[in-house]
Amino acid sequence: MDLPPVLRSEKGAIETIRKGVRKRNRSQIFLQILGIGAISFAFLMLAILLLSLTSTGYKAFVQTYLTLDVYVDPAEVSEEQLPRGGFDDVIEAALLQYFPEAGEDRATRRALGGLPSNGAQFILRDKVAADPSRIGETIRISVPVSDPYDQLNKGLIDRETPEQRRRVDNREVAWFDALKEEGLIRTKLNWGLITRPDSRFPELAGLKGALIGSFWALLVCFVISFPLGIGAAIYLEEFAPKNRVSDLIEVNINNLAAVPSVVFGLLALAVFLGWFGMPRSAPLVGGMTLSLMTMPTIIIATRAALKAVPPSIREAALGVGASKHQVVFGHVLPLAFPGILTGTIIGLAQALGETAPLLLIGMNAFITSAPATPLDASTALPTQIFIWADSPERGFVSRTSAAILVLLSFLIVMNGLAIFLRNKFERKW
Amino acid sequence: MVTDSSSTQPIRETARPVHQERTKISTHEVDVFYGAAQAIRKVSIDLYEKAVTAFIGPSGCGKSTFLRCLNRMNDTIDVARVEGTILLDGQDIYDPKVDPVQLRARVGMVFQKPNPFPKSIYDNIAYGPRIHGLATRKSDFDDIVEWSLRKAAIWDEVKDRLDQPGTGLSGGQQQRLCIARALAVQPEVLLMDEPCSALDPIATAKVEELIAEMKMEYTIVIVTHNMQQAGRVADRTAFFYLGDLIEYETTAKLFMNPREEQTEAYISGRFG
Repeated sequence: MDLPPVLRSEKGAIETIRKGVRKRNRSQIFLQILGIGAISFAFLMLAILLLSLTSTGYKAFVQTYLTLDVYVDPAEVSEEQLPRGGFDDVIEAALLQYFPEAGEDRATRRALGGLPSNGAQFILRDKVAADPSRIGETIRISVPVSDPYDQLNKGLIDRETPEQRRRVDNREVAWFDALKEEGLIRTKLNWGLITRPDSRFPELAGLKGALIGSFWALLVCFVISFPLGIGAAIYLEEFAPKNRVSDLIEVNINNLAAVPSVVFGLLALAVFLGWFGMPRSAPLVGGMTLSLMTMPTIIIATRAALKAVPPSIREAALGVGASKHQVVFGHVLPLAFPGILTGTIIGLAQALGETAPLLLIGMNAFITSAPATPLDASTALPTQIFIWADSPERGFVSRTSAAILVLLSFLIVMNGLAIFLRNKFERKW
Repeated sequence: MVTDSSSTQPIRETARPVHQERTKISTHEVDVFYGAAQAIRKVSIDLYEKAVTAFIGPSGCGKSTFLRCLNRMNDTIDVARVEGTILLDGQDIYDPKVDPVQLRARVGMVFQKPNPFPKSIYDNIAYGPRIHGLATRKSDFDDIVEWSLRKAAIWDEVKDRLDQPGTGLSGGQQQRLCIARALAVQPEVLLMDEPCSALDPIATAKVEELIAEMKMEYTIVIVTHNMQQAGRVADRTAFFYLGDLIEYETTAKLFMNPREEQTEAYISGRFG
């Protein structure tokens, strides 16, 4: 048979192919450039995010402390009245040692008393209450300075700004500098950021309540969604008959995973709080709400992991006479487990960062104590960020960034754990 | 084109016994459907005890499908439907009273691609006896493992590394491990679905040797693409074409003097 006319040419097919190849290569290079560009852009954005967070947030990881020798005056504090007593006056008196001239009028004295944090009196109180024998002695305490002085020390308040537009006036700056001269001002690592609960005063506010609240909520979320999700996935993938009903369920689970989280929050508000009368702001309810979101993720991840187990392993087990149940639990599930674990951790990481549903069940309340049980009112990390970002005090700006960094580092740890576990337990066949 | 003469009227293929042999598996007018498509049409065949029967035929002729009916592996495929009767020692294996799990313990299977469990060599063998409760003491398991591996002629190669993963062996070793795993549950019949198609010639020779040895004790049914292999190992050979059993004879007769034109065309390499 003759060559079809379209293939007949002087130079032969190879010339046409060569031209085509050049074009194909060009489009491949174009695609590559596009891909590299997209990745670079994503990395650039990530870098900008982290840089801006760190540059504002790192200042919240340190805190300015004032060291004071306090004479616990028996006239102000008596053992019978503990834990009450005039601790604020005691601290004021301690400061007046350094600035006797400030004692002359009331207003100046009050201003000087505002140099250490408002919480200083409580720190002193707790110390004295723990050991009442120290009444009448001089105690050395280290207390955070209040927010404006902290900012001054960190350079967030510019000394060059005209006095009337500055948050600390010249007199206050002078006090602070004098104390610094004396070596009484120190900058320390701010453990309070994670060891103290929330507070009205930025220098005292910490994430303890939010961390514990998030921990309880995630625990509840895990306890509910992990067994239920895996159970549902195993049934749907391995045992359920493939028919219209199971198709419908599958479509609905996929849809559920795509439902905006705020909708789950409204659902939780109506059902958990409204009908069941469960406590407001409680991590238990938060965890239950989050599990509504995490469960579809776990189901989908588990089903994908089960599907990825090669049929030859199932056949091998069936071939030696294993029952369906033995095949699934003895062979398929162990092989799918790394995938399930990864999916679960990523689902939980998602839940950790979820804000909207928690706002709706009241986990954005102002709560100054860490929850002791999952039933106590509490905040969670993302809602705490939300609260701080909303606060007018300047000191909360850097705390917000610091809190975001804490949240991000938890997410990175969780995702890293997922990758580590997957690599460790993944088996080849 | 080959004309299809035998499918309209089912014929009972018995193939003359070589010695005085007993029928192990007897099928009668077996049909297999995948959804609406029919994969096997009215296959009636007698398979003899302690003999090797080979199923040959071009790709897609249904020989693997038919093989998988014999231990009800097709049950696991949702759309597959089997009709007709298959008797194992006179008992219908598709009877509702028959438990497929028990059946598969009696009718073991070796697959095309070696598929050891991603566990140790020891556990690969011990798994079957363990789930069936054939042994409880560690020393009994040790005995079963050694016996099975010796039977499958792989003991000497693996005895020093029983705790290592079965997936780390070579392809041929893996396949013999799978044979040992099947033998460990004391089957009466061994179904082999193209057991050598993924193996090199040396590994193939070893498996074939093993088949020749095993037929002293087991009923073996082997599906193969390789007609030389059928000629080497099988006592009888059945030729399948497009879902029909065309011819079933002693291997020598089928290859030397086929009755059907299609068989001759296939074995002489004119199609397939």
